[in-house]
Amino acid sequence: MALFGVFLALSGANPIDVFASIYRGAFGSWFAWQNTLQLAAPFMLTALCTALPAQLGLIVIGGEGALIIGGIAAVVAALAMRGAPPFAVIVGMMAGGMAAGGLWVGLAGALRAYRGVNETISTLLLNYIAIALMNHLVTGPIRDPEVVNRPSSWHVGEANMIGSIPGMDVHWGLVIGLVACAAAFVLMHSTVFGFAARMVGGNVRAARLAGLPVPLLTITACMIGGAAAGLAGMVEVAAVHGRVSSSLVVGYGYTGVLVAFIARQNPLAVVPTATLLGGINASSGLVQRTHDLPDATVLVMQGIIFLMILVSEPLYGRFRMLQRQSI
Amino acid sequence: MDSVIPLGWWGVPLAVLGGAIRAGTPFIFVSLGECLTEKSGRINLGLEGTLVMGAMSAYGISYLTGSPWLGVLVAGGSGMVLGALHAWACSRPRVNDIAVGIALMVFGTGLAFYLGKPFVQPKAPGLPAIELGWWSDHSQVRAALQVNALFAVGLVLAPLLRWGLYNTRWGLAVRAAGDSADAAQSLGYRVDRIRLISTALGGFLAGVGGAFLSLYFPGSWNEGLSSGQGLMAVALVIFARWDPILCVLASLLFGGASALGPALQSVGITSGYYLFNAAPYVLTLLIMVATSSTRRLMKGTPGELSVSK
Repeated sequence: MALFGVFLALSGANPIDVFASIYRGAFGSWFAWQNTLQLAAPFMLTALCTALPAQLGLIVIGGEGALIIGGIAAVVAALAMRGAPPFAVIVGMMAGGMAAGGLWVGLAGALRAYRGVNETISTLLLNYIAIALMNHLVTGPIRDPEVVNRPSSWHVGEANMIGSIPGMDVHWGLVIGLVACAAAFVLMHSTVFGFAARMVGGNVRAARLAGLPVPLLTITACMIGGAAAGLAGMVEVAAVHGRVSSSLVVGYGYTGVLVAFIARQNPLAVVPTATLLGGINASSGLVQRTHDLPDATVLVMQGIIFLMILVSEPLYGRFRMLQRQSI
Repeated sequence: MDSVIPLGWWGVPLAVLGGAIRAGTPFIFVSLGECLTEKSGRINLGLEGTLVMGAMSAYGISYLTGSPWLGVLVAGGSGMVLGALHAWACSRPRVNDIAVGIALMVFGTGLAFYLGKPFVQPKAPGLPAIELGWWSDHSQVRAALQVNALFAVGLVLAPLLRWGLYNTRWGLAVRAAGDSADAAQSLGYRVDRIRLISTALGGFLAGVGGAFLSLYFPGSWNEGLSSGQGLMAVALVIFARWDPILCVLASLLFGGASALGPALQSVGITSGYYLFNAAPYVLTLLIMVATSSTRRLMKGTPGELSVSK
């Protein structure tokens, strides 16, 4: 924080004012809160994509690809179910997004389990394959010719969009994110599967000796994580954009990886962390306007905060770290 | 342009060759840098940020001083600082190098966009090109064989790096740190310092790769300059089995693959344009699937790498 203050001072702005603006832009008003929560929803889901396999000691960075694939599947599902009642379409889109995202990351899990292919690299590659696949689809098979400024898919239909939570200007994606995080926590801490998974993460050899099906657990964890990120793609499509286009590729997946690491792979800690990051992102517009700083200022701050949190982790322990987050 | 038609289908391999040289050069630098870093036992995903930062600083310095080569040097320097930052952060206990890499990626790109705002408009002097196609009358042949001095530097650097890694005391220290930190330590090497130097030098090379992007091809500075080349380099190094010479070949392959789509488009094949962009990744993945096994490591894998455990 102090480092960023120095950085701001060097660039000719009053650090305290800027911090105040970030706070106002993120959490200062009801409007800001809504904005923050809206942005936090996809972070929660993509963070799960890293946090769940991490319980088994895997480092998955495929949230970006699974999000895109999930978005594509949601659009395809909506197109296939044209004419069905909106509720059915939304359920179909959710199922499609989750299944596609799950299979996408599950593939990396299977390669890891049966062929020993490193999951970090394979998910990284799958991210790029997903982007290329999306570019191919939105310029060809599912292109909506009426959208001219950037190649996009067909719209899922206004009636099939996810609306806002009553009384708030925040879409239902937030609820989905919260439920997913809570469910993931329960799954990991109160079920046989979660216990087995954490045992694999603790010591693979001991888990094998105990007779646990390590390959199966690996694939399942990856699939659930991928399903969460796929759901994030579906939420982005069905609640924000309405179609698949390159505006899906904005790095939510990579932010999710950071959220998961800062939250120490704990599904419940993902919620406040994602909210904090959502807030920082939400405030970027205000910072830009009131202080005449480039919008990248917020990126710089994010980078510094991440580094500081990651580096200070072994020094301070959990309590101090949570304090930092609540700044 | 009158020579476009007679070339016909021959234009495709030619365009791919030109693309391999042009688009492959940044890959050469970034992958050589990453190769060195990974040989010492760490993965630096932050090279994406380093690349963008290098591109920005090279362009800025070149614009301010009028000397593109000074820009290249400063780009390397800024990459070195980011690399050192990564190494320092990772040397703390229980800090994951992948997470730090992503944090540095955000930081590097953010800082580059922030500082680079004033340089989006002005035109900075670029790096000169060397015409190797002077013997040909075809404009396309000449365009394809127009290479940059940095490309040559990269070509020389690869065997040098390989020789250094396998035939010098210093290279032995790097490989020891990468294969078994315990063994290196008991030999009296300071593992953290070796990794610091390797990562900083790797950052230097990635910064130079960025300078190529902004000063030669595409030759301007804007926020969409890098399309994940830094991240791809990580995959590329694995694809090349941690061998500097193979890194160069793989870089050319990746560069050529990225030129294949537009080249085919120019002779009338337009479908699947974007799928060709995925070709290098699919290829890398397939090779990894074919060569890895649950029981042994790939040949040449540094044992200390977090991905090989």
